[in-house]
Amino acid sequence: MIALENIVKKYGPTVAVDGVSLTVAQGEIFGLVGPDGAGKTSIIRILTGILAPTAGRLSVLGAANPEDVKDRLGYVPQKFSLYGDLTVMENIRVLGALYGQGAAEIEQRAAAILAFTNLLPFKDRLADNLSGGMKQKLALAAGLMHRPQLFFLDEPTTGVDPVSRREFWQMLYRLNKEGTTVFVSTPYMDEAELCTRVAFMHNGRIVACDSPQGLRRAYPHKVLELATAEKSIKNLLAGCRLLDINPFGDKYHLVADDAAAATAEVGAALAAVGVPVASLAEVPPTLEDVFVALASEVA
Amino acid sequence: MRRLRALLIKEFIQMRRDRLTFAMMIGLPIVQLLVFGFAINTDVKHLPTAVYDQSMQQDSRDFLAALTASEYFDITEVAKSHEEINAAVESGRTKVGVVIPPDFAENLKHGRSATVQVIVDASDSMAASSAISAAQLVGQMKSQEIMLKKLQGVSGKKIETPLDVRIRPWYNPDFVTAFYMVPGILGIVLTMTMVMITSMAIVRERERGTLEQLIVTPLKTWELMLGKIIPYIVVGYVQATVALLVGIVVFDLPVRGSLGLLYLLTSWFIIASLALGVLISTLAKTQMQAMQMSFFIFLPSVLLSGFMFPRESMPLFFNWLGNLLPLTFYLQILRGIILKGVGMSVLWTQILALTVFIAVTLAIAIKKFQKKIA
Amino acid sequence: MYAVETTGLTRKFGDFTAVDNVSLHIRQGSIYGFLGPNGSGKTTVIRMLCGLLAPTAGGGRVLGLDIAADSEAIKHQIGYMSQKFSLYDDLTVDENLAFYAGMYSLPREREQERIAAMLALAGLEKRRRELVAGLSGGWKQRLALGCSILHNPPILFLDEPTGGVDPKSRRLFWDIIYDLSRQGTTVMVTTHFMDEAEHCDEIGFIFEGTLLTSDSPTNLKKSLPGSLLAIPTPEPMALLAELEAGGRPYLDVYPFGASLHVLAAPDKVDAFAAYRPAVIPPSLEDIFVYLVKSHRKEAVA
Repeated sequence: MIALENIVKKYGPTVAVDGVSLTVAQGEIFGLVGPDGAGKTSIIRILTGILAPTAGRLSVLGAANPEDVKDRLGYVPQKFSLYGDLTVMENIRVLGALYGQGAAEIEQRAAAILAFTNLLPFKDRLADNLSGGMKQKLALAAGLMHRPQLFFLDEPTTGVDPVSRREFWQMLYRLNKEGTTVFVSTPYMDEAELCTRVAFMHNGRIVACDSPQGLRRAYPHKVLELATAEKSIKNLLAGCRLLDINPFGDKYHLVADDAAAATAEVGAALAAVGVPVASLAEVPPTLEDVFVALASEVA
Repeated sequence: MRRLRALLIKEFIQMRRDRLTFAMMIGLPIVQLLVFGFAINTDVKHLPTAVYDQSMQQDSRDFLAALTASEYFDITEVAKSHEEINAAVESGRTKVGVVIPPDFAENLKHGRSATVQVIVDASDSMAASSAISAAQLVGQMKSQEIMLKKLQGVSGKKIETPLDVRIRPWYNPDFVTAFYMVPGILGIVLTMTMVMITSMAIVRERERGTLEQLIVTPLKTWELMLGKIIPYIVVGYVQATVALLVGIVVFDLPVRGSLGLLYLLTSWFIIASLALGVLISTLAKTQMQAMQMSFFIFLPSVLLSGFMFPRESMPLFFNWLGNLLPLTFYLQILRGIILKGVGMSVLWTQILALTVFIAVTLAIAIKKFQKKIA
Repeated sequence: MYAVETTGLTRKFGDFTAVDNVSLHIRQGSIYGFLGPNGSGKTTVIRMLCGLLAPTAGGGRVLGLDIAADSEAIKHQIGYMSQKFSLYDDLTVDENLAFYAGMYSLPREREQERIAAMLALAGLEKRRRELVAGLSGGWKQRLALGCSILHNPPILFLDEPTGGVDPKSRRLFWDIIYDLSRQGTTVMVTTHFMDEAEHCDEIGFIFEGTLLTSDSPTNLKKSLPGSLLAIPTPEPMALLAELEAGGRPYLDVYPFGASLHVLAAPDKVDAFAAYRPAVIPPSLEDIFVYLVKSHRKEAVA
């Protein structure tokens, strides 16, 4: 469905995308993960034909120029780009008309999509008066009007409340089951777990690309999870042979090469200063652990 | 004081780094002066002219020679009929058509008044009025000459004309448009940069979010305003100096009055414009809005201040509206000092008007800008 | 002694109520996490506390000073960092620090000492002459923090300080915040990343302008009505569809990273034994999901 080969995008002297190659197969939910400024938006804009790459080759649905297959692509930009002064239904109608649909077809499709996105009760509300989560659902609905085969979403859930975020992902999942290929970028690691394949972007490059399970398997270290009320453990564990210490929710993830030895060392170090330990055990690495390791490797 | 100093240092560093804007601020007065000074010339000369001379005698040739000698008319076409004359003017090939009737020389010879028909394309009003007055002038001069000749011929002795009317244009004897324009452009350029650049500089901080950060520091409103105004007073003086230099070097602009007084009073106008810029910045949310609002000030300044059109001939309402613009008074000061060489004794009303303007505008701006973001 | 106290704080923009009757109490020296999605009113509350916005109704005190009457006095005492990292892109690192040192009128000798300390804190000693425009998100964030604590304020307001920075930089940033807190600074921080807030002493959840709850993370976790089960699965979405169709007795079920979280009444836990779940302590995100859903039910009822 998508093939990128050595794509480079420069803005003046700044290199936003630095030699990215990737392929996406039909039926995937492909996740592009990375911090702001990593180049995620540039990649999506290149794939949707909004931006021309400085160098490299691409193919989207078999076309070298995404412009040629636009009627089969859907796109939800990061910034809400519908009309705030139109109602939900009016926005949908405008979008449908832009894709050349007739009035009857629009009404029929709109009813189905608004039901799908739970927006039916709000169809006469001005888009400006929707909450952040509902706005994103409207953007999704508008993007679905022309039944795209390939759907691009640029950080659709950033800053959206956790409940709406989950509802949004459930919609993406159902859409995918109905046959749409989804290409989505996100800064949330837990959402990356929901993709069939994930590419980590850092400073314009893809530093790893695999299924979530594959990425975890490739992680070269061991992770210990430490639960303790103490906050300054970084100093307390300075003497232990740990590769990294990261807060993880209300716990800490300690990175080591030898899990058993590290467990013993950390236990002893904390016992020596009388810090109570609620739990300390090896856990499978999360994607966040994987990403933190990858990001510090390249930096 | 520490805060104001830090703010000024920051502004000057930023100004130095933003080379393009800085170059614009210096280049703008030069470009504007050259464009306005050379291109806009309200005396229209060398108008293409078609002539249909039905008389074809020495007198008619003399008259045509006088027209050409005035430099206002260039005879580019000789017509053979009324239709050809009409066609020349209608098609725009010529701006003027001159028809000399067959009895022109005959009438003159017999002391009767001779008529010449001058057809003018009045769709270009500037050219038309020029052509009409020039043609009248040539006509008068010619007829005076002929009268004299005739009287001399009759009495045989040299006669003085009984009345000698001469117009002496004061202040600008050669009617050099540039002399009138240069002070005007100086005022226009200052209005544009002072109002637009200050308002945009403040709004840019609002857009970038740095204004929010400034508001949570102990910085006082007046410190912020001074910090934004002082650097641009310097810029304003640089612009004024550049404009005056160009005027003097390129257009031989005479400065008849005191240059010191001119510089002193310029600060009144710069501060008035900056105050307006600050006021706009308190109303505009984006740089785009600031620019639009600046144009809202700028256009009336061009049209109503007396820069382009004499204020005396404006309808009362617009004349009164012009009195709300600082440029109106500054132009009177500029032209007064540069062209007439007058001093404080004449200009005090203008100074008073600007002072009132500054006080009112700054008061509103400070009231509106209450160190809050919404 | 509370560093921040508000009663019935309300702010309207036209017809829209951005902040609705918020009463907060933040203990001196604590880290208070103010959590909520974008547009929930977090920024508006912080702006009112910093004197950037006037409340429509209600009021409050910061360090004992009234936010309406003494807002200028408050400004000497607070550090504020906004989500935009309000730095001047066209100034260097040093010039930005010197500028803000001027804004707080730091005496000369102290200025040099504080700037050096902030450069060390941000790890920017080697880049002090570089333009801010060329710095990456993490550097800018730490520099913005440095600028806002140059004057050593007893209370620090951070509005979405970790937006747009990579996970590693986020962690570095939080380490700095913990250090400041240990030295006695009160910190109020807003974020929509729930996992960041786990180490806060107290958490306020705000949703659609309303403060849903405010308590310590430990107490919040006790408030969940039932047991939280985690079912690890490579395909959380598929399993979610299966459970939703299966009619098992759950209170709630939702995907959570590489697993599915099931909230079940304590006596119904056995009904999920077939999935080999683990009973886990809830995270803040679980709490928020629960609170938002209950809030929505209330709103409908």
